[in-house]
Amino acid sequence: MTLLKQIWNFFASVKLAIFTLCSLAITSIIGTIIPQGESASFYSSQYGAKAAEFMQILDIPDMYYSWWFLLLLAMLSINLLVCSIERFPRVWKIIQSDNLAIPTERITKMAIGNKWQIAADKIHLFNPKELFDTIGMVPTSKDTTNGTLYFSQKGKYSRTGVYLVHLSILIIFAGAIIGSVLGFKGSVMIPELQSTSKFFSSKDPSSINLDFEVRCDQFIIEFYDNGMPKEYQSTLTILENGKEILTKDIEVNSPLTYKGITFYQSSYQGYQDFIFSLTDKKTGQSHQVILPFQKQQEWQEHDVRFGVVNAEALGQRVTRAKLWLKNGQTPAVLTWLDDNQPSVISTENNSYEVVVKQMYATGLQVAKDPGVYIVYLGCGLMLLGLYLAFFLSHRRVWLLHEQSGDSHSFLLGANTNKNKIAFKKMLTKMDNYFDNLS
Amino acid sequence: MNSSTLLGITTFTYLFSTLLYVAVIVFKAQKIGKIATIFTAVAWLIQTAGILLRWSESYQMGIGHAPLTNMYESVVFFSWTLIILYLIIEIKFKTKVIGAFTLPFAFLAMAYASFSTDISKTINPLIPALQSNWLISHVVTCFIGYASFAVAAALGIMYLIKQQGKAGQEDHAESSLHLPPLTVLDSIIHSTMVFGFIWLSAGIITGAIWANSAWGTYWSWDPKETWSLITWFFYAITLHARYTRGWNGAPIAFLAIFGFLSVLFTYYGVNFLLSGLHSYGSS
Ligand code: HEM
Repeated sequence: MTLLKQIWNFFASVKLAIFTLCSLAITSIIGTIIPQGESASFYSSQYGAKAAEFMQILDIPDMYYSWWFLLLLAMLSINLLVCSIERFPRVWKIIQSDNLAIPTERITKMAIGNKWQIAADKIHLFNPKELFDTIGMVPTSKDTTNGTLYFSQKGKYSRTGVYLVHLSILIIFAGAIIGSVLGFKGSVMIPELQSTSKFFSSKDPSSINLDFEVRCDQFIIEFYDNGMPKEYQSTLTILENGKEILTKDIEVNSPLTYKGITFYQSSYQGYQDFIFSLTDKKTGQSHQVILPFQKQQEWQEHDVRFGVVNAEALGQRVTRAKLWLKNGQTPAVLTWLDDNQPSVISTENNSYEVVVKQMYATGLQVAKDPGVYIVYLGCGLMLLGLYLAFFLSHRRVWLLHEQSGDSHSFLLGANTNKNKIAFKKMLTKMDNYFDNLS
Repeated sequence: MNSSTLLGITTFTYLFSTLLYVAVIVFKAQKIGKIATIFTAVAWLIQTAGILLRWSESYQMGIGHAPLTNMYESVVFFSWTLIILYLIIEIKFKTKVIGAFTLPFAFLAMAYASFSTDISKTINPLIPALQSNWLISHVVTCFIGYASFAVAAALGIMYLIKQQGKAGQEDHAESSLHLPPLTVLDSIIHSTMVFGFIWLSAGIITGAIWANSAWGTYWSWDPKETWSLITWFFYAITLHARYTRGWNGAPIAFLAIFGFLSVLFTYYGVNFLLSGLHSYGSS
């Protein structure tokens, strides 16, 4: 045996599969007990310098991406591939085989068998279609030297189920590799009204530059009556060369995708500043500015000055703000406004629609993963394969009809790759058919 | 009548069903068997009503969501799935005795959900990350899997007990009041494990899709995900050992029991002993 052949046989063995799967299961436990991705100092303070050094050597702090864990996964893949190449042709041959070409002796040796006799004067009553109909199958037939051979089968493709499952694992791995090579993951905090094209990579300290910009137009949190957050929502606009391309509201579980890059709502941060919007009721013109707490600002063209002089908050969240607004030389207006609720303020010679809203930054996850649909395809194939492998079986029935003198004999041979008992039980329905004939 | 009352009643009826099934074994009376089945079916219907009522109560509170979103609700759903699976097996295999081994799991789950101080029973609104249909598919698929593994473990225990007792005496006449033959038990253990395996696979997949729609990462090796994968490997190994190495009988019965311990750790142990993304689902 050549060395190549030996290596091939090593990877074709199911023992290796069981060994690799056991190794993966056992080593995976380590990473669930020892926290992953912490700083080097964390490990030495938690486990002592010696142990920490040992862990660094074995890549324990990042064990699911360590060389030895990836090696185990690679072994599993090669094992799956070689094992399937080794076995699939045999299975395909069974699926494709001409079952009517079977030698007669084989029928007598099948796992399930039976025999019936019919007198020659009753043979005109025999109808193979009706007989096979009792077990829900349709026969094909072929004339033999002294009779007829009937054959019928069901679920031959269920034999491919296991291979689909195994292939699906390889497809999922391929998708994961494509995603990690061609894709990226990052995050960013964008304050309201600002835009960026630069994101922080989550793998390393570098930054990711996109060829378009994302602007956060607005961030809103809604709360339940008991104070729990109900929804985080950001209005995002995509800008290319300063031109607005599209605007979409995103929420947790409902991201925005542009050019294969997806933006997920992940967190937020509240500021002590306010976003102040003002519409002059007379002219209909409006103005929006960022208004720091207790700083006066002005809208020069309209001669209005304003500022937030006080605010009430629940934790980090502002519920009400006290607005000071002065229009020309008329007396100033001082009033409490609920956060983000439009109200009308009237001075002596004008009135304004105003909104005071606490300013937030929206926290976004950014991901590009061109492999994800390949992974999903693999997942779908896996479920399909499991269904074929476990719920369907390949059932085959042969019936040899021969005449010997005054009587006709019927020889049944059948087999199945699964659930023999149920199949055997079903085949007893053929007994009834023959009973009724004679 | 509110859902807590109905689910409380369910807890006690499952205890009573357990006792009835034990009585079936002790007294070998056909009549008790019938009563046990009817009683269990009624308890299951009460539980169904309780779950539906809890669902409608959440709508009355203005935070409507399917009752599958926290530890309490998922444990209730687990015992509900377990019982319906058990009843199907009882009808299909015409045997009552398995009830004495499976009903305790349903009772213990309900008792734990109802009386443990770790578990909050209030209907809470959902934080943003949990507002997804994938969450519902994830919980449903996982728990059908877990319930089948529980049945497999119960049958595993039964197999080992029966094997112990078999040394001396021979099988009595076959009837629904006696333990089914070892070969039948073995094949039901295999079927329930296979069934559970498919649903666990679907559960891991729906979980991955949900994570991807919420965070942009379908797999992040957090302890809960990793443990579900370990459990999945465990059952894959078991199925391979059976299919390709010809294992059956006692070794498979042991693996069915150990597999369920892995399920328990995945579901319960991880929440309390390890930390991770899923920990918000724990109360
Ligand atoms: C290195 C990895 C693996 C190898 C070499 C391997 C090999 C095999 C082989 C040879 C069979 C028997 C097929 C036959 O003769 O009909 C089989 C069955 C099967 N394998 Fe794998 N396998 C591997 C990993 C996996 C994994 C990770 C899964 C996880 C889902 C899996 C799922 C199955 C299933 C469901 C069956 C059918 C078992 C049954 O019909 O009871 N395999 N495998």
